[in-house]
Formats: sequence, C-alpha cells, structure tokens
Amino acid sequence: MDKITKTPRESRIHERYLRHHKKFPNVWCAGCGIGIVLGAIIRAVDSLQLDKDNIAMISGIGCTGRMPVYVDFNTMHTTHGRALAFATGLKMVRPEMKVIVVMGDGDALAIGGNHFIHAARRNIGLTAIVVNNSTYGMTGGQYSPTTPTGVLAATAPYGHIEQPFHIAELAAAARAAFAARSTVYHVKELEKYIAHAIVKDGFSVVEAMSYCHTTLGRLNHWGTAPDMMRRLKEQSITCKQAEKMSEEEKQAKIIRGVFADRDIPEYTRLYDQVIERAQKEAAQ
Amino acid sequence: MTAKPVARLMQGDEACAEGAIAAGCRFFAGYPITPATEIAEVLSRRLPQVGGKFIQMEDEIGSIAAIIGASVGGAKSLTATSGPGFSLMQENIGYAAMAEIPCVIVNVQRLGPSTGRPTSPSQGDVMQARWGTHGDHPIIVLSPSSVRETFDLTTRAFYFSEKYCTPVILLMDEVIGHMRERVVLPDYETVERAERAGTTVPPEWYKPYENFPSDVPPLVPFGEGYRYHITGLHHDERGYPTNRLDEVQPWLERIFRKIDRSLSDILLYDEDGVEDADVVVIAYGVTARSSRHAVEMARERGRKVGFLKLETLWPFAEEIVEQAAAQASCIVVPELNLGQLVLEVERVIGRDKVLRVNRADGEMIKPAEILKAIEECEWTR
Repeated sequence: MDKITKTPRESRIHERYLRHHKKFPNVWCAGCGIGIVLGAIIRAVDSLQLDKDNIAMISGIGCTGRMPVYVDFNTMHTTHGRALAFATGLKMVRPEMKVIVVMGDGDALAIGGNHFIHAARRNIGLTAIVVNNSTYGMTGGQYSPTTPTGVLAATAPYGHIEQPFHIAELAAAARAAFAARSTVYHVKELEKYIAHAIVKDGFSVVEAMSYCHTTLGRLNHWGTAPDMMRRLKEQSITCKQAEKMSEEEKQAKIIRGVFADRDIPEYTRLYDQVIERAQKEAAQ
Repeated sequence: MTAKPVARLMQGDEACAEGAIAAGCRFFAGYPITPATEIAEVLSRRLPQVGGKFIQMEDEIGSIAAIIGASVGGAKSLTATSGPGFSLMQENIGYAAMAEIPCVIVNVQRLGPSTGRPTSPSQGDVMQARWGTHGDHPIIVLSPSSVRETFDLTTRAFYFSEKYCTPVILLMDEVIGHMRERVVLPDYETVERAERAGTTVPPEWYKPYENFPSDVPPLVPFGEGYRYHITGLHHDERGYPTNRLDEVQPWLERIFRKIDRSLSDILLYDEDGVEDADVVVIAYGVTARSSRHAVEMARERGRKVGFLKLETLWPFAEEIVEQAAAQASCIVVPELNLGQLVLEVERVIGRDKVLRVNRADGEMIKPAEILKAIEECEWTR
C-alpha cells in the first residue's frame, strides 16, 4: 500500500492520460469492453511517447462516442456518424496532429458508412478505432450493420435476417493504408495494432470486437460480461488459422489479424504538393 | 495575395469566393450542387494559391462537419451549397451553434421544396436558415442583392462568425449567384477581419466556455497547448457534459445574449426616403433589385415611397423595421416565396398595413408587380 501512495502521480499512466479528477466515474456499464479499448489506446500512446498537445481524439455518438471526454487530449464529441468528416477538416488544417477517431459499429458503418469508405479511399492520415459491439448499446440493443445473422435484437425479435459488415475487410477493400482486427480479450494484440495504426502514415483502422452483455448478450442469453470474454476467446481465430478453414466454418468465427498494411501516399502530403503547384503556377 | 482594384466582370458566386479569400478563409469543404458549384470551383483553384486548403467531400453532411473540424483547428472555414444540401447540413449547423464554433455556410437558394425546379431562383429558405436545425439557437443570416454586396457580405459573414463564435449563413439566390456585374473589389488587405478572442491565461487555468463579460467564449484552436473538450451535449464552462439545471438554460441564454447585445454591429441594412413615406417597400436579396426599380417608378409618378433593404435577415431588425414603418400607412413586402420574412414584419408592425407580393414559381418578381402593389396601397388607404 505504502509503495503505491509514494509513487509520483506522473509515473502512473492513468494520472497522465485521464481527466481522472474531473469526469469519473464513466458512463459505461460494469463489464463493458470500451474501457479496455480506452486502456489499450492510452498505453499505445504512452509507448509511442507522443505529446498530448499534439493528439486529438474525436468521436461521434453512442457508447464509444463518450470516450474522448475522459482523456487528456484535445477532444471533440461530434454528431452521429460524422466523426471522420470532422476529423478530416481538423487533420487538413493541422496535419502535424495525431488525430484518433473512436466510433462504435453503428456510428462508423451505418450512419457514418459513407464517410468511412471515403476517408479510406482518400487515405487521409486518421486513426480510426471502431469498437464493434455488434449492436446499438446506448439505445438498447437494436440491430446494427455488424449484428450477426440469426441473432435476436431489440428490433429483430424474430431473428436478424441481414448479413453483417466485416469492418476490417471493408476498410481494406476501401483502400485504407492499415486495417486490423482484434478483441478486448486479446488486449496486448489490440494495443500493438493501435500503436501501429497511430504511427502509420495514412488512413488506418483497428476494429476491436467487444460484445455488449447488457443488450445483445442479454437478449440472446449469452450470459454475463465474463461470458462475453470467454466467447471472444473461443470464437476468435488468427488469419493464419482461418486460411485452413472453409467459408462455412469461418462464418461463425472472429478472424483476428492484419488485413491491409500498404504504403500509399497520405492525403495531406499530397495536398501540400497541390499548394506547391498552385503557387508555382500563380507566380508565373 | 492582394487583388489590384481594377474593374472586373464577375458572378456573384465568384465574388463570394473572392470575399472568402479576402476575409482570410483558408479552408473550404463542399459538394457539387447548382447554383453554388462555382464557389467550390473558384476556391479549388484560389485556396492553394494562398496556402489554404480545399476538399470535395462525399456529401453535404461531411462538408459542414469538415469545416467545423477545420475551424476547431483554427482556420476560417466555408462551405457552399443550395437547398437540398442546406437541408442535409442542418444538424451540424446546430452543432456549430451549440459548441460555438465559427464557420460560414453559403446557401445559394433555388426553388424548392425538394428537388423543386432546378435551378430557378427562390427565397424559400429564409425560415429554414433561421430554424432549420432542432432546438433553440441563435444564428446570423445575411442576404446580398448584388455581386459587390456578395463580396462585402461574405467578408462580414466571416467577421461576425469569428467575433461572436457562431455559424453565419449567407443566403444568396440563384440570380445573385449566377448574374455577372462589373465590380471593383477593394484591396484585400483593407478588408476588416475579426480574430477569435483567444485567451491570455495559462492552460491549467483555461476554461473554454467560461462566462466572459463579452459572452463570447475564449476558444483556442486545437494543437496549441490548451487541451479541452468540445461537445454537442449541454456543457459546463470546461466543456464537459452537464445535466445541472443551473447550467443548461443560463448557458442557452448566454449564447442568445452574445448576439442580441450586439445588434447595432450585426444588423446591416440600407434605407432610403422612409422618414416621410406613405408607402415603404421592405425587401432583400434579388427582390430588392426589383423593389428599388419599382420604388423609383412610383416616385416618378409622384408617390412618396420609401425603401428599406435588409442585408441582415436574422436576427430580425425589429426596431429598424418598426421605425421605417412608423410614418407609412402601408408596407409592401415582396418575396420569392409564399410569405416568410413578411411574417416577421407582421409580427413587429401588425398585419393591418402589410401588403404581400409573393411569387414561388421560379420566376423573378417584376418591378411592375411591386408597383401595382404600391398603387393598390395608396388606393385602399
């Protein structure tokens, strides 16, 4: 006990990165995985030794949308689905900033789906972290674009009939520079992907699987928060393991790993060239 | 970059783009839509020349989101659209009002509702510009009636936006946007610019939404060492979400107050011969042109007709309208809609002496139609 109280405040990571004396306790349910993602983000930022003044965290609406208020960065809680578009404007005028965008699956892929694919296509240097709880948690468990087919949701009382988006694969197909998926059970792996995404020069996406036990879990009798963790552990496989499986076998699995890691020119750097060209032509 | 004061033939849309450059705008995000597209086209060429940035977003929602984000980064920011795109932008206009982020939104009005009659002129978005987003919020809306005025009011839009930390809407119309006129633009260096108040306190004392004597928050751009929180939720002086009753409504009243206490700065108008007029014509935008013509025709016939041209539509110039109408027995309000700003005129001076002239078929109101109303006024009196 003595040892802990004598530790200087700054040496403790939560003291350095969280608005701990202002905004806690947080809004999330006990056992929610969003806090685990937040932990992974600040450990990743800490490992990279980044200047907090130079980091912005931007979110949309929903459970994950509440994340920025807790961290001691430049933070902005925007409108539903539009976090990437707000971040695009900020990144363009402050290209030196590390802009981390945190979204839920409904925020990023349903209402914000258009911004998601276009940010990827443009390859603007944002780090998009999508917490995929496969439902709309804040509004009570309605089906989202990532809800698995067949499960029950507050708006699918007879079972969900649509097929889900696979976020990391979608990002890769939309030409993101980096796209990876892990889960809140595989925290070290998640942290590693997030650190890589922040450093990556281009649009990078990390999908963090994290089932919502309060809504989707309850509706489908999946059990408690620890049961959700067990589910993530048992349901997930690596990309390598997936290679040996048939399409049918893979359907029920969460495939973890890196889906894209390519070196393509980043948007704000390309725009610097536009400025150079425009000024040269104007001078002539 | 300065433009030499030489006469040029230019469109309203071009004048808007040049006004933005002159005002110090360095970021534009937009989505193509007639009759506003030329603003984007000109700025895609002009902004990088002055070290600014242009982006064509995937839709209008993304466009306004991007300009708010850029403004948070410290850049004077603009988007331009027309009716359908303006409808899409409404939610984030409310966000900018709520979070008090300066930005300018141009709506070159076309005939609606919906896709309407593309792309004929209209003044059908006057009420939408005031109340298009949900919830009580203040807004500043300016409406130009010539190419030169478009340049000037664009620079004023940025000035008000930065000075009062609020979204400002420039309500143009298809005629003003596409019409070409000979203009002499001022030296851009002479254009009055407002910079955000900022702060003098160190970061550890900084409260972004502190209740300042001016009622305008001392917002500092992101990335300058003042780490704080911005949200569309009701928030306290630190920017953190609040449900406290002693914070929610007082805050809302403050954002109204910051505009209402500065009406003498914000209300732009032009009046001519209203003091002893029997009839006063009140108009704005393209309709002000037909109105001016009609007023002159009536005067030639010996009528005592005054003219009040409103450049600031919102906040509504209550006292100015009241005073201009005081002596007159009849007020004529022509608009390219079925009656929008006239509702405000009637609210202020009563319905008895107000005569409406409306047209919403995509054609302009002709001076003769307004003249007829002026004559009718005198005849019924």
